[in-house]
Amino acid sequence: MGGAYGSLYDSIGIHEYGGLETARGEISPVNEFLRAWISEWQDFWFLAGRAFANIFRAPHYWDDVALQMEAIGVGSLPIVMLTGFFSGFVITMQMSRALNTYGAVGQVGPIVMITLVRELGPVLTALLVAGRNASGIASELGSMKVSEQIDAMRALGTDPIQKLVTPRLIATCVMLPQLTVVADFLGMVGGFAISYFSLRLTPSQYWTPAYQILELNDFVQGLLKPFIFAMVVALVGCFYGLKTSGGTQGVGRATTQAVVVASVWIFVLTAFITRIFVNL
Amino acid sequence: MSAERASADGPAEATVLEFEGVELSFDHKVLDGVNFRMGAGETRVILGAAGSGKSVLLKVAIGLVPVDSGRVALLGEDITGLEEKDLFAVRANVGVLFQEGGLFDSLTVGDNVAYPLENQQARGLAPAEEVLRRVTEALRFVELEHTLEQYPAELSGGMRRRVGIARAVVTEPPLVLYDSPTAGLDPITANLIMALIAKERDTKGAASLIVTHRYQDGQLMADFRYNSEQGELVRASGDPSKEPRTIFMVMRDGQIVFEGDKTALEKSADPYVRKFVRR
Ligand SMILES: Nc1ncnc2c1ncn2[C@@H]1O[C@H](COP(=O)(O)OP(=O)(O)OP(=O)(O)O)[C@@H](O)[C@H]1O
Ligand SMILES: [Mg+2]
Repeated sequence: MGGAYGSLYDSIGIHEYGGLETARGEISPVNEFLRAWISEWQDFWFLAGRAFANIFRAPHYWDDVALQMEAIGVGSLPIVMLTGFFSGFVITMQMSRALNTYGAVGQVGPIVMITLVRELGPVLTALLVAGRNASGIASELGSMKVSEQIDAMRALGTDPIQKLVTPRLIATCVMLPQLTVVADFLGMVGGFAISYFSLRLTPSQYWTPAYQILELNDFVQGLLKPFIFAMVVALVGCFYGLKTSGGTQGVGRATTQAVVVASVWIFVLTAFITRIFVNL
Repeated sequence: MSAERASADGPAEATVLEFEGVELSFDHKVLDGVNFRMGAGETRVILGAAGSGKSVLLKVAIGLVPVDSGRVALLGEDITGLEEKDLFAVRANVGVLFQEGGLFDSLTVGDNVAYPLENQQARGLAPAEEVLRRVTEALRFVELEHTLEQYPAELSGGMRRRVGIARAVVTEPPLVLYDSPTAGLDPITANLIMALIAKERDTKGAASLIVTHRYQDGQLMADFRYNSEQGELVRASGDPSKEPRTIFMVMRDGQIVFEGDKTALEKSADPYVRKFVRR
């Protein structure tokens, strides 16, 4: 229905998925479900496409970008630091026990480093940010949707994708890699705490081999992942927010869906990306 | 169906909004062959049961929802199938009060009311120093100048509705759409809001499309005029050549089942229509 732009809006903006209720008897519930699923998938990519295209198109709402950077970056910093520290702390404890059986406790630094930089840092940080911000974005845009603020925005000549989605996309893509670096670093510090106080390693016994193990591949992987996860978190949050319907109840639903879907995608994508990089 | 059309003599008055065979379905039919033509300065009151498609009709009118078939012309321009960025230019000349308010929570009342002006400014229409003056004026119009710095969440429902009206009329558009301006309000506040809408119509000559559940809102629009000398509503002269017309439309399941003036509405024998008329 409508043109390309129209179809985005009538699905994201207005169209409610009939789900399994078939008004037209000839469509089976399974078909109806598939149809809804495919059209949802299309809408997501349409939103993503427009959000990216808007990065290179005026007007730019830099104030909103800054505001979102603060909400996502500064707001998530304490919890990311805490989680980073303790994940390094626990992996070191677990690993040291295993390494001890081979008499290789000295190798704990590099192992923790690789685990954190390649996998745990990006995934844990992204999951935290998904929990905090994909939900925050979905509920904020969802309430704007049900109180007709999105309609009002369009009626007053502002493109909601430009004003709401693109700034959140930019802000998350800028902040998540940085948060991941912070988490990685604090994880190493957590690992060091255990190594120093409990395993009796000297600082150089821990840090030097840990740094030496890192290759370009690790850096690329360690920063590419958060960058991609950032897109997932921001776009999934915005998508479920913008297609909210059904009043305040709908907002709750959108929020939950955003977190669940974003988290699942983070796991699927990390497996996928790791698969590519491990073979390099 | 229609009781009266624009008089045939003289140049036909300008049309501000026209629907031609408009059809729209979501999971069921929501607009089913809607036809009407609304002239400049005219008042149109839409009555109808909940879910009969009144809000959707307003959204279709400004192109927020694309139609399945049929044609919509807004301020003389065919907006069917128009791109969003081209729609922006047409919508700049229409004021809208949304049913759920649509005030931006993150902005102060002043910034909310300034929003349409600032968008026009981006298009080179309203000069910057003019914005504050016009915002204050619009807020004074709804008697809420003192709320300039407050946030919508700090206001009562009736006050928010008035801010919504201020935002809708601040650009002095030739057409204003009001979706359920009195819904959920006490009778005193409801009457105050209807008086504001009548005042806007009679001081600026804007065409007004009003969705409402209350027949007395339509009655007020049809029977009363704002008299700027007395500063209050007075009974209309009843002379159709001097007064802006007030046309009623009654919607049922996406169809317009009645269109005509107040006399015709009160005479209607249709039981569904009669339910909306209070005598
Ligand atoms: N976003 C949407 N998705 C699917 N169906 C919708 C949507 N918006 C409206 N509808 C359907 O369209 C029909 C008309 O809705 P509309 O909001 O226009 O009713 P209304 O006449 O304004 O009612 P009310 O007096 O309660 O405001 C309803 O059946 C509604 O379920
Ligand atoms: Mg409605």
